[in-house]
Amino acid sequence: MSGYDFDVIQRSWVYLFRDGMTFTLTLTALAMVGGIFFGTLLAMMRLSKFRLLGLAAGGYVNLMRSLPLVLVIFWFFFLVPYIGAWIIGAKDPVKVGSFMSCLITFTMFEAAYYCEIMRAGIQSVARGQVWAGYALGLNYWLTMGKIVLPQAFRNMLPVLLTQTIILFQDTSLVYVISATDFLGAAAKVANRDYRLVEMYTFVAVVYFVVSFGLSTMVKTLQSRIAIIR
Amino acid sequence: MNYNWEWGIYLAAEPGGTGIYIKYLVIGLGWTLATALAAWVIALAIGSVVGTLRTTPHKWVVRLGNAYVEIFRNVPLIVQMFLWFFVVPELLPKALGDWVKQMAPPWGSYLPAVMCLGLYTSVRVAEQVKAGIGSLSRGQGMAGIALGLTLGQNYRFVLLPQAFRIVLPPLTSEFMNVIKNSSVALTIGLLELTGRARAMQEFSFKVFEAFAAATVIYLLTNLVVVYGMRALEKKVRVPGLISASPTAGGH
Amino acid sequence: MKRIALWTLSLAALVSFGATAQEGTLKKVKDTATITIGHRDASLPLSYYDDKQQPIGYAMDLCAKIVDAVKAELKLPKIDVKYQLVTSANRIPLMANGTIDLECGSTTNNVARQEQVWFTITHFVTANRWASKKSANLKTLADLKGKTIVSTAGSTNIKQITEINAAQNLGMNIISANGHPEAFQMVETGRAVAFVMDDIILAGLAAQSRAPGDYEISSVALSVEPYGIMLRKDDKAFKAVVDAAMTRIYKSGEINAIYSKWFEKPVPPKSVNMNLPMTAAFKKVVANPTSSGDPKVYE
Repeated sequence: MSGYDFDVIQRSWVYLFRDGMTFTLTLTALAMVGGIFFGTLLAMMRLSKFRLLGLAAGGYVNLMRSLPLVLVIFWFFFLVPYIGAWIIGAKDPVKVGSFMSCLITFTMFEAAYYCEIMRAGIQSVARGQVWAGYALGLNYWLTMGKIVLPQAFRNMLPVLLTQTIILFQDTSLVYVISATDFLGAAAKVANRDYRLVEMYTFVAVVYFVVSFGLSTMVKTLQSRIAIIR
Repeated sequence: MNYNWEWGIYLAAEPGGTGIYIKYLVIGLGWTLATALAAWVIALAIGSVVGTLRTTPHKWVVRLGNAYVEIFRNVPLIVQMFLWFFVVPELLPKALGDWVKQMAPPWGSYLPAVMCLGLYTSVRVAEQVKAGIGSLSRGQGMAGIALGLTLGQNYRFVLLPQAFRIVLPPLTSEFMNVIKNSSVALTIGLLELTGRARAMQEFSFKVFEAFAAATVIYLLTNLVVVYGMRALEKKVRVPGLISASPTAGGH
Repeated sequence: MKRIALWTLSLAALVSFGATAQEGTLKKVKDTATITIGHRDASLPLSYYDDKQQPIGYAMDLCAKIVDAVKAELKLPKIDVKYQLVTSANRIPLMANGTIDLECGSTTNNVARQEQVWFTITHFVTANRWASKKSANLKTLADLKGKTIVSTAGSTNIKQITEINAAQNLGMNIISANGHPEAFQMVETGRAVAFVMDDIILAGLAAQSRAPGDYEISSVALSVEPYGIMLRKDDKAFKAVVDAAMTRIYKSGEINAIYSKWFEKPVPPKSVNMNLPMTAAFKKVVANPTSSGDPKVYE
C-alpha cells in the first residue's frame, strides 16, 4: 500500500459516530444501569439468609464468570427469542432486534460482575448500621434501601465506574454477531473502501482517548470522595 | 417454531474430514489452551518486569511502565487483535510483511493472537505484581538495603519471592481470563473452541447443541484450572504470610 | 460441580420449553401489520447497502413486490416493512427463530437447507467459482493445491470447498471470513490466493475494487447455485402466496425490467454495470418457475 488515505476517516465520520458510537454508548449506558440493578439484586440474594437464594445467585454468577463473553453473546443472540416467547407465553419466538439482543446479553453478563462488586460494597458497611436500622423498627427492605445500599454505592463507586469502562470496551465484541457498533461501523467502511490500516488505527485511538479520559476522571473522583475513617 | 434437538449430531462427521464433531471441538480446546499458555508465558515474563519496574525509585522507568500499562489497558482486546492481524503486517518492511501474510492458517492467526493476548494480559499481571510488591511492608526493602544488597538483589531475593506468593490467587483468575479471552481470536480466523462451535453451528444448523458442548467444555476446563491452581498455592504457601484478597471487579 | 450441572440442566430445560409450533407468517403479519425483511450488506447487485446505508438490490425489488402481494392477500391497508441486516452465518437461524419473515439476498436453495427453511421460486442461478489475481494464474482446481484460499462463513461455498479439499486431498488451507468484503480483502492484500464464492458476488466485488482489471473469475464452476428468497419451513399458506406472486412476476414479463435494471444498467453506489444478460439457465426458470433445491434441474 503506497500512501495512507486518512481522508476516509473524515468522509465516514458521520456514519461512524452517528450510527456506530451511538450504538456503543447507548448499549454501555443501558447495560450499566441494568447490570447494576440486577447485580445489586444478585448480591442481596447471595448475602441473604435463605440458602437456596444464595446458591441460585452464586451459581448464576459463577456460570457467567466462567464463560467467555463471545460465547455468551452467541448464546443470547440465538436464545433470546425463545426465552422471550416462553416468558410471555407466546407460541412463536419473539422477534428481537440486534440491539435488544446485545442489551440483554450485556446486562445479564455484567450483572454477575457488578454483583461481586456490590457484594463487597454491602459487606464493607459496618454491621452496626444494619442492627441500628432494625433497632429503629425498619424492615429488611427499608434498611437495605435507606441505610446500607447508599453507603455501599458510595464506597464502591470508583470500582463500579471502572467496571463500566471495561463494559464500554467489551461492547466492541458485538462484532461477532455483525452488529453495527463503533468497531463494526469502522470495519464496514474499512472493508468497503480497502482502508484497513487507517480505520483500525483510528478506532484504537478513539477507544484509547475515551477510556483513558474516563479512567482519569474516575481516579479524580476516587480521591475526592474518599472517606477518611 | 420447532427446534429439533439432535444429540446424535456430536457423532456426525464434520465436513472438513477431520472426524466427528466432538473430536472437532476437542481439537478446538487444544488450540484454546495452546494460545492461552503461550500468551500466559509472554504475559508473565513481560508483566513481572513491567510491574517490578513500576515500583523502582527511578522516575522515568516508572513513567514508561505506566505509559505501557495505559496504552494496552485502554484499547479493547478485539481492536488490538485487529491491529496485530491487519495493521502490523502492513507496517512492516514489504518483504517481512508479505512473509507474515503468507503464513498459512492456523499459524497466520495463531502468532498474532498469542502476541496480542500476551501483551494485553501482561498489563493485568503488571498491575498484580505492582500491588503485590506494594503490599509488602517497607521494612523488608529497607532491611535488604541495610544488609548491603543491590537494588536487583533486593528484588530478587527479598521482595519478589514474597510478592509472587501473595499475588498467586489473583494470578489464577488472570489465567482463567486468558483462557476466556482466547475466544476473541476467532475474529482473526483462529479456530479455537468457540470458533469451532460457531463453525459447527454453521455447517450443521444445530445452534444449541454446538454452543452447549462449548459451554460444558469451558466449565470443565475452568474446574480443572481452579483445582490445579489451588494445589499450586498449597505447595508454595509460606505459613504465616498473609495473602492479599482478590479484586472484586474486572474480568 | 453439582452447581454447574444444575445450571446446565436448567438452561437446557429453559430452551426446550420454547420449542413450540409455528402459527403461520400470514397470521403474524396480519396481527401486527408488520413484516421483517432480512437483507445483506454487500451482495451487489442482489442485496446491499447504497451509500446512504439503505438496503437496495434486485432481490429487494422482488421482495417489495412480494410484500405488495401479501398486503393484497391479507387485505391490509398498510404493511410496515422493517429491515434486518443478516449475514451468511446468521440468516438461517434468524429465519428459524422468527426474527425475519423473508430473507431477500443471495441465499442458495439446496436440499440440505430445506430441512431448516423453505425457499420460493428461484430468482437467480449462479455458480460456485473463485476469484484470484490474474498474476497468480490459477486456472484449475489442481492449481489451488496446497494454497491458502478464503470463503465466507456460513455459505454453501465454504462447506463445499471444505468437502472437496478433504475428498480430493488438495491440502488447501481454508480461511473463514466474516463477510464477503473481508474475504475479498484477503485476496487483495495477499493473505489468500483465491476467494471461493458465487460468481455474481465475485463479479460485484471485483467491479467495485480499486483495480478491477487485476482480478479474474475462474471458468471452472464447482457447482450450480440457485438463489431463492427464504421463508419459514412448513409455512404452506405463506409459501403459496409468495410463489404465486413470483410466478406472476415471471409470467407477466415484469421480471425482464427488474433484471435489466440491476444486471444490465449502472447500479449505485459507484455506477458499476454488471453487463450480464439473463443466462440460459435462468431463462429456463422464468419459463418454468421452480423452487427446487436440486442443482440438476437447472442444468
